[in-house]
This record gives sequence, structure tokens and C-alpha cells, in this order.
Amino acid sequence: MPVMTMVQAINSALDSKLADDERVLCYGEDLGVEGGVFRVTENLQSKYGRRRVFDTPLAESSVVGTAVGMAIAGLRPVVEIQFDGFVHPAFNQIVSHVSRFRYRTRGRMPMPIVIRFPSGGGVRALELHSDSPEALFGHIPGLKVVMPSTPYDAKGLLISAIEDDDPVIFMEPKRIYRAIKQEVPEGLYRIPIGKARLLSEGGNITVVAYGAIVRIVQQAMIELKKESIAVELIDARSLYPLDTATIVASVKRTGHLLVVHEAPESYGAAAEIIARVTQEAFYYLEAPPARLAGHDTPPPLPKSEDLYFFGPERVAYEVKRVLAARP
Amino acid sequence: MSRAQVSEGTLIDYRHEDRAGIDVASLFEAFDPLRGAKLSILDESGAIVDKQWMPDLGPEAILEAYRAMVLARVADTKAVSLQRQGRLYTLPPNLGQEAAAVGSAMALEKTDWMVPAYRELGAWLWKGVPLKVVYLWYAGSEYGNVFPPDTRILPICVPISTQLLHAAGIGHAIAYRGGSDVVISYFGDGGTSEGDFHEALNWSAVFNCPVIFFCNNNQYAISCPRRDQTRSETIAQKAIAYGIPGIQIDGNDLFAVYRATREAAHHARSGRGPVLIEAETYRMGAHTTSDDPGRYREKAEEEAWKGRDPLLRVRRYLEAAGLWNESLESAALEDAGRKADQGSREAEALPPNDADEIFRHAFAELTPELQAQKNALKTFLKWKESS
Repeated sequence: MPVMTMVQAINSALDSKLADDERVLCYGEDLGVEGGVFRVTENLQSKYGRRRVFDTPLAESSVVGTAVGMAIAGLRPVVEIQFDGFVHPAFNQIVSHVSRFRYRTRGRMPMPIVIRFPSGGGVRALELHSDSPEALFGHIPGLKVVMPSTPYDAKGLLISAIEDDDPVIFMEPKRIYRAIKQEVPEGLYRIPIGKARLLSEGGNITVVAYGAIVRIVQQAMIELKKESIAVELIDARSLYPLDTATIVASVKRTGHLLVVHEAPESYGAAAEIIARVTQEAFYYLEAPPARLAGHDTPPPLPKSEDLYFFGPERVAYEVKRVLAARP
Repeated sequence: MSRAQVSEGTLIDYRHEDRAGIDVASLFEAFDPLRGAKLSILDESGAIVDKQWMPDLGPEAILEAYRAMVLARVADTKAVSLQRQGRLYTLPPNLGQEAAAVGSAMALEKTDWMVPAYRELGAWLWKGVPLKVVYLWYAGSEYGNVFPPDTRILPICVPISTQLLHAAGIGHAIAYRGGSDVVISYFGDGGTSEGDFHEALNWSAVFNCPVIFFCNNNQYAISCPRRDQTRSETIAQKAIAYGIPGIQIDGNDLFAVYRATREAAHHARSGRGPVLIEAETYRMGAHTTSDDPGRYREKAEEEAWKGRDPLLRVRRYLEAAGLWNESLESAALEDAGRKADQGSREAEALPPNDADEIFRHAFAELTPELQAQKNALKTFLKWKESS
């Protein structure tokens, strides 16, 4: 089985679906000739031609708005927004149309669209190249929101997203685009959307993370283990729908919860996860559920990035704080 | 490089003759926006003032178009009256824009796509949207967006000009599949200030999408007059920047609307890409039933436009040709009234929605979140019923 980075796994997913389904088109800015600024779509244009894999004018609202029309006409567009912070010009089309057309037309005009973009920080990037806007999309009825943490999941989730009859916001944690190599099958396989992954079972605390943060929690777990603290780690994978059942079951076992993400804290995914756990496992909680998140500031520029984007040390510190909490 | 050079460089058969013997290039050349000419064929008295461009429409076709305009007006007037009675919700009246709607729709094939804004009632009806469905939308039901299968019309679009990118996308899909359908998309003069208008024209031009961008320049965007919307002398001239044909027409002139749309459709269908049509018309009524035009425009202006009524001039033309008279007019009004009554009755007969309905179609399948929310609402409703 070939070993792939996440970039290669996503490329393989697009390649497999382009080969499998004539209705699939891939387009975005610099995605064709250049193969994308992160080379995620490398060689796809030469393989499938400019009709199916193409560069667009520099206009994000167009990239998403035309996908709406293409979906109505029976195609399955997979569009790329170049960076997290560039999704905002397309926001109107996403909120006003992509998310609503099925509802508006009582199911007659579904939106089988995937909107992919590299997301998150920690790569010493320019402004608006380090944002984590998942909560914006998770809040919009009609959208599914996923973020993989491994190459294997990235490919399987993207194939599910392309085959889904509803729109999927597919966020790619750019920080780990090339950080992890993993065996990834050739051809088609699916990871269901809406299913979390329990990475380690048996422990004193449940930690929920997704995307690039999963790896940071895993690194923290090595240190925590030395202090005999075992963690049940859950990769949420899908933020909407969210696999509440898997998270709640784990918290019922551990009695403790920490949710970790790099997106700003207020109104973030952690708030939603903690609310659900509080409602469904309140009497199992032995300490207040906690969250470790980005600050309510824009992600700072590289010079102070490390004060914003935390590492394993901070995660371990917060885990111990939750476990040490006393009334 | 001029537009002609672009076209000649990429298209072999530039001066193509269509079935009706229309020379496509010459209409758009004759009415090049830079020349400041406006296509006008039927004047206010019902006379043909420009024989050269008079479309080849037989008496039956003109009579059918006129009846369609009458139906649109009667149905619209009925809707406004029902709204005043509190039987329909806020709606955008169509009064005065019937020629632009019907004339453009009748220039297309049944298999072509229509992407509405929200003030093209005559076009929707022509396209095959039942009156019941129109009234359902005005009555606040999503079923007002459910059309008979294969009608190829999109629902009313509320956020201004966003629909133009959907038209570009449908046009792109047609080009991708190598089809011969075209797309018509409607918007207003205010809509030309939105970014999506410019993006849609640009995209369609770059990818040679078969899209007709039909601007109903009705002089007002709610209260904002056309002159405050753009410094361009015409809206049609904006086409020049995108390297596509643009044409300004009298939008209250059924024949000019038909002729220009017909040729734009032919242009798009034969692989030449998009066209921008600016139809000058006038919103004789309010923006919506919640709006009072008395706050922002003069009575004298409204009176002046009454003389340019799009129905009146077709009626005068038909009467002069011996094809119409008072009794046919009464019969047409009566027939339209009957259809409007039936449509509104059918819409009002629709039962109220149940709790399941509001959760349906958010996704193909209910998410666990929605399932839980639906259960909670139903539990509450059950409790309410029993207590």
C-alpha cells in the first residue's frame, strides 16, 4: 500500500473521484496549471484536461456561486478556496444559497458541492492565511463541516464529501499537510461523515480535538503517560453533524472533559461540544468541563504566533488542571 | 483588441444567419452601446417605427404574447389586492414590466433555463410556472419554489444579483456537456452595483457560457434612482468591459424585447458566449407592498410612464391590424381573472404545515441534531395539545 502525506491523500481522493464520475469538476484559483499553492491538485489538470480541472478568475464568490448553478444542472463541483481567510468573499453564496437551496426548493435542487480550503495556523503565514473559521460554517443550517487529522481520514472523508448529496465544507489542516505519512489505499474508500474516531480508550479524562490539534494532543499524551495520566482521545473529524454519542459515552467513562481547538474560544466548537456533554452527561462529570482554544484575537503574525498557537506542553498543563479541579 | 477582433479570431462563423434570417452580428453592431442607440420598434401609439428590426412574428404569436401580458397584469393586480386584504404576505408588484418579462421568455426555447430575480411574473408564467405556485410563494410557502418537473426555472432569488452566478454556473455546465441550451437571468438596475453582477459577466465571458443577462432597468432600486446607481451613461455599455455584446432596448416594447432576446439567445446558442441586454422600463407600482413610492418620486413622472404602458401599445397595434377589439379585450380580461381566481383559491386551499415539514429538506437525511430538535418540538406540541 502506498505511503502518503495528507496532500497526496487529498490528491488521490480527487483523482479517484474524477476518474469515477464525469459529473465531478475541480476548480479554483491557481488549481490547474500550478496544481494549487500547496500542490494538492498537482497533475490533475494534465490527467483530466482543462474542462474538468481548471483555473478560475480571481473571484471567490464566482467559484462558489457558479458551483450552485452547476449543481442545479446536475454536476458535482469540488471547488477550492485558496486559503481559509479568502472564503469570506464567498460567504454570501455559501450562506444564502449553498446551504439553503435544498430547503428552499423542498428537495428539488440539492447542492452536492464540496468547498475545500486549507485551514488553520502555525505555519508562519501572512494575515488571513492562518484562520480557523469552522464555527462560522457549523452554525449555518444546511452545511456539513469536516476536518481530517490524518492522510487516511482525509482521503476517505473527501470521497464521502464528494458523494454526499449535501454541501460539505472540507477544511484541510495545512499545518499537517506534509507532517504525517501513512499507508493510504489506492482507489475509493469512505470514512462516514458524522462519525468521530476514538483514538485511545481507557483513561481519566476525555480530550476532544480535530485537525492539526489531534497530533498535538497525542504528543502531550506521551508526557502525561509518564505521570500516569491516561487520556481518551477523540478526533471529532466531523463538526456538523457532530458525533455526540461517541463523546458522551467517553465522558461517562472518564468523568472529565477537555475540548481543544485552535479557533477562537468564544462561540467556538468547544462551546457546542461542552454544552452537549453537559446536557447529556451532567451527572457523570467529576469536574467542570474545560476548553483550550485560540484567543479571541485575530491569529497574530509570525512574530507572536507561538503565543497564540499552543503546543503539547500547554495541552498537558490544561489536562492536569481539569483533573486537579476541586470544589 | 476590439470585440469584433476577439470574435473573429475565435469564431469562424461570425456573421451567422439563423433560421429567421437574422444577422446576429449586425443587431449588436447597429446598437453598439458606444453609439448611444436604443432599440425601439413599437411606439406608444402602437405604430412600428423601425421596420428593419421588426421580428418575424405571426398574428397568433403576437396575440398569445398579448394574452400572456394581460394574464400577468391581472394575476399581479389580484396578488396586490389579496395582500391588501391580508391574505398574502409582502410581495413585489410587476405592474409595468410585462413586456420585458413576456417578450424575453417567448424568445427562448422550452428547454432553456430561466434564472429569475423576483419581478418577472410574465416570464415565469410563460415558462410554465402554475399561478397556484406563484401565489403559494406570496402566501409564504416554500412550495412556491416547487415547479413542475423539467420546467428549468430557478426559484425567486432574494439577495440581489447573487443569482447571476448561478446562471453562469448553469451556462458553464451546458458548455461542459456540449449542450445547445441557453440561460436567461434577470436582475435590476440596482443589481448592476453588486459585485456578483460583475463576476458573473466576467466568468461567463471568460468561459464562453451561453447566458443572457437581462437587466430590467426599471429606474429604481427601492428608492434609489438609476442615476445614483452608476455613473455609466447606460447599463448596456458595461458589456464592453467584459468583451461581450451589450444592447439597450425599450423594455416596454414587446417587439424590441423579443428581437433582442431572440438574437442574444442565438448568439449564446451558437457558441459566442454571453450578451447583456438593458431593457428600459418602469416599475409603475411600489418596490414591494411594504413600500410607498410617494416618498421618493414625483407623480408627474409616474403619469408620464403611464403613457408608455407596455400593454396599451400592443393592444393599439393589434387593433390597428384588425386583430383585436373591445369584446376580445373583455374576454381576455375575464379569462385571466378566472385563472387568477383559480390559482389563488388553489394556493389558499393548501393545509397548514405540520412539525415534520419544517425539518424536512434541511439535508437529504435528518442529522442526529435535527432529529433531537424535531423530537423536542413534537413532545412540546403533544404536551400543549393535551393540556
